[in-house]
Amino acid sequence: MSLPVLKLVAQRIAMGILLLLAVSVLIFVGTQILPGDVAQSILGQSATPQALENLRRDMGLNDPAYIRYFRWLGGVLTGDLGTALSSGQDIASSLKGRLWNTLFLAFWAAIVSIPLAIGLGLLAVRYRNGFVDRLISGLGLASTSLPEFFTGYLLIYFVAVRLQWFPSVSTVFDGMTLGERLSAIALPVTVLTLVVLAHMMRMTRAAILNVMQSAYVETAELKGLTPLQIITRHAFPNAVAPIVNVVMLNLAFLVVGVVVVEVIFVYPGMGQYLVDHVAKRDVPVVQACGLVFAAVYVTLNIVADIVAIVSNPRLRHPK
Amino acid sequence: MARLAAKDKSARLLDIRGLRIEATSYPPGEPPRDIVIVDGVSLALERGKVLGLIGESGAGKSTVGLSSMSYGRGGVRITGGEVVLNGRDITKGGARLLRQVRGREVCYVAQSAAAAFNPARKLMDQVTEAARQHRICSRAEAEKRAVGLFRKLGLPNPDTFGDRFPHQVSGGQLQRAMTAMALCSEPDLIVFDEPTTALDVTTQIDVLASIKDAIRDTNVAALYITHDLAVVAQVADDIMVLRHGKTVEYGETRQIIKEPREDYTRQLVSVHHIPHRQKPASGAPILAARGITAAYGGGQVKVLKNVSLDIHLGQTVAVVGESGSGKSTLARVITGLLPPMEGSIEFDGRQLSPRLASRKRDDLRELQMIYQMADTAMNPRQTVGTIIGRPLEFYFNMRGSERDRRVAELLDKIEMGKGFADRYPAELSGGQKQRVCIARALAAKPKLIICDEVTSALDPLVADGILKLLLALQQEENVAYLFITHDLATVKSISDSIAVMYRGEVVRYGPRDEVLKPPFDAYTELLLSSVPEMELGWLENAMKTRKMASAGN
Amino acid sequence: MSSIRNIPVSAWIGLVLTALFVFAAVFAPWVAPYPVGETVGDVWEPMSAKYLLGTDNLGRDLLSRLIYGARITIFIAALATALSFILGSVLGFAAAVIGGWFDQLMSRFVDLIMAIPTLIFALVVLSVLPTNVVTLILVMGLLDATRVYRLARAVAVDINVMDFVEAAKLRGEGKMWVIFREILPNALTPLVAELGLRFIFAVLFLSALSFLGLGVQPPDADWGGMVKENKEGIVFGIPAALIPAAAIAVLAISVNLVADWILNRTTSLKGGRG
Repeated sequence: MSLPVLKLVAQRIAMGILLLLAVSVLIFVGTQILPGDVAQSILGQSATPQALENLRRDMGLNDPAYIRYFRWLGGVLTGDLGTALSSGQDIASSLKGRLWNTLFLAFWAAIVSIPLAIGLGLLAVRYRNGFVDRLISGLGLASTSLPEFFTGYLLIYFVAVRLQWFPSVSTVFDGMTLGERLSAIALPVTVLTLVVLAHMMRMTRAAILNVMQSAYVETAELKGLTPLQIITRHAFPNAVAPIVNVVMLNLAFLVVGVVVVEVIFVYPGMGQYLVDHVAKRDVPVVQACGLVFAAVYVTLNIVADIVAIVSNPRLRHPK
Repeated sequence: MARLAAKDKSARLLDIRGLRIEATSYPPGEPPRDIVIVDGVSLALERGKVLGLIGESGAGKSTVGLSSMSYGRGGVRITGGEVVLNGRDITKGGARLLRQVRGREVCYVAQSAAAAFNPARKLMDQVTEAARQHRICSRAEAEKRAVGLFRKLGLPNPDTFGDRFPHQVSGGQLQRAMTAMALCSEPDLIVFDEPTTALDVTTQIDVLASIKDAIRDTNVAALYITHDLAVVAQVADDIMVLRHGKTVEYGETRQIIKEPREDYTRQLVSVHHIPHRQKPASGAPILAARGITAAYGGGQVKVLKNVSLDIHLGQTVAVVGESGSGKSTLARVITGLLPPMEGSIEFDGRQLSPRLASRKRDDLRELQMIYQMADTAMNPRQTVGTIIGRPLEFYFNMRGSERDRRVAELLDKIEMGKGFADRYPAELSGGQKQRVCIARALAAKPKLIICDEVTSALDPLVADGILKLLLALQQEENVAYLFITHDLATVKSISDSIAVMYRGEVVRYGPRDEVLKPPFDAYTELLLSSVPEMELGWLENAMKTRKMASAGN
Repeated sequence: MSSIRNIPVSAWIGLVLTALFVFAAVFAPWVAPYPVGETVGDVWEPMSAKYLLGTDNLGRDLLSRLIYGARITIFIAALATALSFILGSVLGFAAAVIGGWFDQLMSRFVDLIMAIPTLIFALVVLSVLPTNVVTLILVMGLLDATRVYRLARAVAVDINVMDFVEAAKLRGEGKMWVIFREILPNALTPLVAELGLRFIFAVLFLSALSFLGLGVQPPDADWGGMVKENKEGIVFGIPAALIPAAAIAVLAISVNLVADWILNRTTSLKGGRG
């Protein structure tokens, strides 16, 4: 790899870190919009002013906002996410297992949806404007319009309740075998796949079409190359970057789509943890979860950009 | 050439008979219908001969050229006639036969080599690909052959040229590399599709000369497609003139350019012969630019260096130069879009403010502009009436029927009828669009019109019509033109004085007849010697007398 | 406008269904067979002549609740879309035409907001804000304005560099003429298609929030909230929750069909009469 590429990648990573810092500020500010504070929510409306004041002093709530922000950020960077108001438990330790569960779910959804989306995208290009293409784009249109809970409950109703193939509630616990775990998450994985599939497929189709309509593919055809050779030698090397980009963007989408799906299937992941604590107005937990979700999202976007930089021949082989 | 020995050498290489090509068009809001693109075209090509296909855009010349490989671009299909190559009709051979033909018997050189090369792979890989694909020779042999071709085509460092990626070499070099790619598999026929059109004039001649040498030395046959009759006259043995998908005239090169039989061919041959007598400059200039220096990016890149110009009422000053010479930047400075770093502009005796925002309305009115792309110079959501009428409202406060009457007058001036007032730009042809832009400029009753490459996007005959119109309007309205162009032929036919620009400086400036009279400076010499003339053997003479290497090398 | 004959079947279906939903929402009190909050039968009664879609988890008529739910869903989504659209397109156009520091400031800020997934950011903010209709509209509208801003700015930037805009500036036209007479007519069609897509997004987003219990609060219920009310029935084989979910899907698809048609019309017809 050449120097300019390394420089661009380093720049992109530095920008990403800056962005994450800005995001943490935004999340912190977002929870400070209202005058009410944590002490109020712990003690409730009937607390005496003296009790409130004592608690505020103990928790350092009388300090200015920027000091509280840096205290919070310092904690986050050292792995201390604070304690939950509602249960008094350490957030970092409850989050760890749930983050792992969420990533497990997202990972399997990605394993299923990426090859499927790319395959269907290729098929749509192969039979462009034909029946298959129209069917695929029609399904795509429909599936971007379906709320996750519609497909989710539809599956539960037919597959779990009527046919009883899979459990309707995705309980996972320590000591389950991989097979048991996979069976438990089969339905949520299906829903997540449907959520991202259409979008990923449409974007893949567009990316491949863009390459296939370029003049150098025509040149290859006029050299007498077979369709397979044209695809492997000329189209594929140029289509990889946009496709990886599509995949990364959709993975970011997937991680967010997890929130609703986890609630549908009562799956013990980050999303459900976040939603529960939004309802309880447990600000420290919400801040922590929001930051983790945003970090995953930002990271995937950075990876997408880096792939685009690294695979660009103009940058790899400068003049 | 063992495989050729087996075939009858005397037989024709290519024989196209009664070719008919159709495509399906999808007009919005109507059912799709088939349209005929090429109808009843027949041609024959002997081994080692060059046939020029000439016509305006939409004449079907590229489509005919590609039919020799039985290839239809963008859903175009051959629906009638036969294409007999090396003794067999390739339109009926199926995909397998076509793959054998393409890249082995027929190769293709595209107009835009920059797009036709795969950006992700090295040039050598792509140049030798067809030869390796068809097992014509081993990789090592193909690469040796490619290096030889790079040398023959005058590419720099031929031994290592192939290690580069497409984006690492210039446009002129890529075009030669594409020619090398076509020659590498030693085909019987090469289709050149406007191979020099996208290049600068001085580069175009070098590439043209190297293509001609390569054709002669390898004894390959060629179909040479172009819209420029002067160019094709330099390389072709025969010429076919196409119009609206039909053959207008087909004959020997000498006959076509010396004794054309058809009216349309005669028009093509006599293009650029506009009678125009140089007018002497008198009195104070309407616009005087003094020592203009301008730069982009806060003084980083100087694109204009100490440029001075005078323009007189009723006269045309032509500014000629290649891309990057700064000629369009000069227009931006004069209009106030780019305030200069140094220098001043005097207009009609007044000092012009360097910034557009602080210019008076009358200054804006008297200085109008016409653009290269008439397509994007008009708001697609406004009718012709609104487009021409707006300056009338804006500058003269004309309303209602008074304005409509004036719009009709202006439409009449540009030789278009009153009925066009209700049309949208999308419903006009290229020439009509440019005429409307001229009318919009005239509506302001300007003293100076800046014409920025106004004819370079148009077909030669249409461009001729626009030039004649501009000259006639100059007579009537006594307006001055600042005519920016890269095309010396245009300059010769319409200008009163000429400024030659090179790398941001005016290298030669004066009345037309003086500028075009020897002795020349090196750059003007190069530029003048690069304009193809409609004479046989012009190319050879020009190459012999050139002193300065072109900008592309 | 092209004649009615040229509207494709899919767009017709979309138009008719969308109109039907809007009609039901507007005339809910006259259309609905029962009052919205009244317990009229047993819990989760099946579909019958009396209760066309059955009853819900508290024995209320599902069809009536669905019709009133359409009102809340469409009302909130429409207001949020209007807010995001006005704010986003005005700021986007302004950024494109003014350029310079204003453009930089706005665009970087929008980049920052969009670096956080919309749903996550909404959840963070909703954890401290009072849950009511005004909050919902403001949060949804403001967050979605970022997307409209990006599109409007991109479209306007493209048009702003065209020669005809330069020609208008050279003529001496003011900013208002440039924005409203030169840029806006050319930006309108893509923006109108986007309006449909943003509305769908608002419907889905509101439904998701209500489903999570963070949107419209009981006793009122939009469609997402109705899914939440009836979801416990699913495991007992009672499909009541599927009906409001399907309603959301049908509304979204209908609007999508219309938007798709408008978008296609734009791409097939560059300029000219339209």
